[in-house]
Amino acid sequence: MNEHAPDNETNTVIAEPPLVHFEKVTKCYGPLTVLDQLDLAVAAHEKVAIIGPSGSGKTTVLRMLMTLETIDSGLISIDGEPLTHMPQGDKLVRANAAHLKRMRGHIGMVFQHFNLFPHMTALKNCMEAPQTVLGMSKGEAHARASDLLAQVGLADKLDHYPSQLSGGQQQRVAIARALAMRPKVMLFDEVTSALDPELCGEVLAVIRSLGQEHQLTMLMVTHQMGFAREFADRVCFFHAGRIEEQGPARALFENPQNERTQQFLRAVMDAV
Amino acid sequence: MSKVWDWGYAWEAFPLLAEASIITVKATLMGFVVALTVGLLFAIGRMAGPMWLRWTVGGVVEFIRSTPLLIQIFFLYYVMPEFGLTMSAMVTGVIALGLHYGAYCSEVYRAGLANVPKGQWEASIALNLSTWSTFKNVILPQAIPPVVPALGNYLVALFKETPLLSVIAVLELMQTAKILGSETFRYVEPITLVGAFFLVFSLVSAALIRRLERHLNASPGRRI
Repeated sequence: MNEHAPDNETNTVIAEPPLVHFEKVTKCYGPLTVLDQLDLAVAAHEKVAIIGPSGSGKTTVLRMLMTLETIDSGLISIDGEPLTHMPQGDKLVRANAAHLKRMRGHIGMVFQHFNLFPHMTALKNCMEAPQTVLGMSKGEAHARASDLLAQVGLADKLDHYPSQLSGGQQQRVAIARALAMRPKVMLFDEVTSALDPELCGEVLAVIRSLGQEHQLTMLMVTHQMGFAREFADRVCFFHAGRIEEQGPARALFENPQNERTQQFLRAVMDAV
Repeated sequence: MSKVWDWGYAWEAFPLLAEASIITVKATLMGFVVALTVGLLFAIGRMAGPMWLRWTVGGVVEFIRSTPLLIQIFFLYYVMPEFGLTMSAMVTGVIALGLHYGAYCSEVYRAGLANVPKGQWEASIALNLSTWSTFKNVILPQAIPPVVPALGNYLVALFKETPLLSVIAVLELMQTAKILGSETFRYVEPITLVGAFFLVFSLVSAALIRRLERHLNASPGRRI
């Protein structure tokens, strides 16, 4: 595709079938190709950071996994089962609403702008889906929600509305809300971008502790290079809808092979 | 020459008009319930329905808004029986008022729904909420409070249109006043009392709506 193809093919060797698998996935908006024949395999419990310049397709990867976007071609699978398609006879057809709903149960997402329900307290935000989607009783949902809110350090804010919480606290509620559905895969879409710098730390600390406590597979679009380097098992550098370079975090940050990766990292470091 | 205002006659007419005012209030409240329901269905159909439904509802709403309420009342009362649908004057009046103001309310709801950030829909999808749960528990509680004042204005407007029901002989305030006038050839007192009644009801409604609005705005769950 270009002369800067990665020369260290550090794509992790995965013994088991990948939990998340993109195969030749393409997404276009009109004449603009946002993802171009993307191949990406993420193993169970792996933590992958996605970095790259604006418009490189990072967020689109997460949005497609969350079924917020359709794909134009290719196939996405979760745990060996197609996400965007479903089997019909001996061929795959576009997934219907029921299939998408079932598959979505494996995935949780935390958004850049939190997207909490403003008319519900922190507790109710975390109880809504377990009650209405999983059919949990009020007592069970309450127990699960308050336990998760305690885990993210908000045990004393259960009855607060989002407008009564700081940005960092709101984002932690959003993390607890997504975890309440017990997903296998958690998607974090620039979760600290809308926060003041002094509030980023508390959110990243929560993600860090979740990574240790829960056996979650995580995909994280981030501009926090320090966090990506310390937290992720693998970092993927996106450019123009493709993975230009990927590899273990330390290797990619300390010794990037691709010229675009080098330029990007230089620009980001200069900006800090 | 008889005096312009006769207090004795006014007191005589008052109980009859007070009785008729119950019909007016009934027609208003029932018509408004129909308008709120139909308006919400129109708005959701237009926003979230399949394309054929969006077009159909859009056409119906435009048609209703572009034709006079008086003609709609006549049509429902005098033309629909030709197609086998006969309704009492009161039911016809309530349906006509409800449909007419439902078309206007649907635009208000639409503005409220469009004002809910896209992220709320996306969070609902990410949490796997059904379309019904999303509307009922997430979108409508955010979309409706901001449009309560606009909906309240339509309640007052609908109330002020109820005299139109006199054309199909619903015994509401105006019709009663006309009957009183035709019997005694004194119109000043009954018509003035009808005007006073409408004024009082409109002012009370507006005050209640303002109070409701203040209450909704005071909630900490209201998006700022």
